[in-house]
Amino acid sequence: MAKQIEVSDLDAYYGSHKAIEGISMTIEPRSVTAFIGPSGCGKSTFLRTLNRMHEVIPGARVEGKVRLEDQDLYGASVDPVSVRRTIGMVFQRPNPFPTMSIFDNVAAGLKLNGRFSKSQLDGIVETSLKGANLWNEVKSRLNKPGAGLSGGQQQRLCIARAIAVQPQVLLMDEPCSALDPISTLAIEDLISELKQEFTIVIVTHNMQQAARVSDRTAFFNLAAQGQPGKLVEMDETSKIFTNPTQKATEDYITGRFG
Amino acid sequence: MTVQTGIQPLSVGRRAKDQAVRVLVYLAFAVAIVPLVSVLWLVVKNGLKRFDVEFLTHSMRNIGARDAGGGAYHAIIGTLEQVLLASLIAVPIGLLTAVYLVEYGNGRRLSRFISFFVDIMTGVPSIVAGLFVLAFWILVLGMPFSGFAGALSLSILMMPVVVRSTEEMLRLVPNELREASYALGVPKWRTIVKVVLPTAFTGIVTGVMLAVARVAGETAPLLLTVFFTDSINEDPFNGPQMGLPLYVFGQSSLPQDIAIDRAWTGALTLILIVMLLNLVARLISWWRSPAKRG
Repeated sequence: MAKQIEVSDLDAYYGSHKAIEGISMTIEPRSVTAFIGPSGCGKSTFLRTLNRMHEVIPGARVEGKVRLEDQDLYGASVDPVSVRRTIGMVFQRPNPFPTMSIFDNVAAGLKLNGRFSKSQLDGIVETSLKGANLWNEVKSRLNKPGAGLSGGQQQRLCIARAIAVQPQVLLMDEPCSALDPISTLAIEDLISELKQEFTIVIVTHNMQQAARVSDRTAFFNLAAQGQPGKLVEMDETSKIFTNPTQKATEDYITGRFG
Repeated sequence: MTVQTGIQPLSVGRRAKDQAVRVLVYLAFAVAIVPLVSVLWLVVKNGLKRFDVEFLTHSMRNIGARDAGGGAYHAIIGTLEQVLLASLIAVPIGLLTAVYLVEYGNGRRLSRFISFFVDIMTGVPSIVAGLFVLAFWILVLGMPFSGFAGALSLSILMMPVVVRSTEEMLRLVPNELREASYALGVPKWRTIVKVVLPTAFTGIVTGVMLAVARVAGETAPLLLTVFFTDSINEDPFNGPQMGLPLYVFGQSSLPQDIAIDRAWTGALTLILIVMLLNLVARLISWWRSPAKRG
């Protein structure tokens, strides 16, 4: 089910401000692609253009092409809602729905989109929670509020919620930045498992994390404050971290700036 | 001047200032609470005298000026029906307006225009709302005085309160929840109905109850629209009705002590009705809240 994403010459704007410029890349299926770069370089913006979440912000727009296999995601006849159903997203801060129980949180995407029988839902919720390594911790209290879990559990709940709708791609926007090292480890293990089934793209500020979990890494940078962010280089993670072709990448990775 | 560094003891001056401000705050609280308690105390003390079954089940029909007895049944059903009808008109419109302003308006010209007029409506004196319904509904369109006409004028007063309070509550819903829902492939309208509104539910109910409480005690617009009657009229669409505020107003302007007593009891009944409605709203909120399940 995992699909390849191909981006060509993509620009994204907030109003008249150009946030990213001229990005082209290929994201391989069944692998983890990490985006790294200094703050404000447009990694998150770029990630959000991949499932058309960017345009949710008033005034934001995108130019260029994003193709999922042979489909143009920004084609005139494409329903952005169906794009988001196909390409799921996990956010920086865990955001379970506060009015819903753990069960309802995981089932939210299904319940809000169509009719499923109770037994179907039970099955999907269990598989998703197991997929997110959360089942054993919550199976006895599925009807308790999702907001009552710890931060790390909430983030795994959000991952379970995202994979419950069975997307083909999973985008993660700094999913561990609000978590402690143990929860981070749990999520990283989970990412390595999930890549068997999904195409995963992860934005991270933590270079060790990018090195640990990703197969390919893209380095973004911006020439100066107020300039649009650009893709500097993208390659196998091992190559980026040991032998980058660009000077800027090497400087960033070795901690000389950013 | 030397700059003092390190950990210092709390100075006498700061201690004194702290005490002074503390006393001031408590005083302000006491001053604010005095009218509330005194009104409640007076209404309960004077109202209990006639708070009996006859008062709650009888109207003022065939009760002469010097007769004891009589009741406010006609006024109670009048108030309940008028407030219910006003809510049925004002709450959906107010709710949808607030949803438009927060979720779709995006500071566009139309939304700023609506916002501006909601502000103006908030400031409209209640008698003007009554005059408008009198002039338009009753005089121009030729409709009769009725509970419904009263409900129309009350709904004009309710609407801006509902819009403002709902708007505040919707703005409090974190944007992350909307984005989480969009990211699951849920359309915007469903996100609003299933995620945003339930999250803000408790606050919206509180706002609606405040609006209800505000209009339940309105007298001026009713004077001009539902007219006045001593008889029971259960049909809010036809003929003059009564309302508790009107009843209190009418009875209190009579010279007899028995009428004054009835006015106090009418006021007590009105307070009890509003309190009861509030209690019901609290119960609904509590019953809907996730904490109950937790």
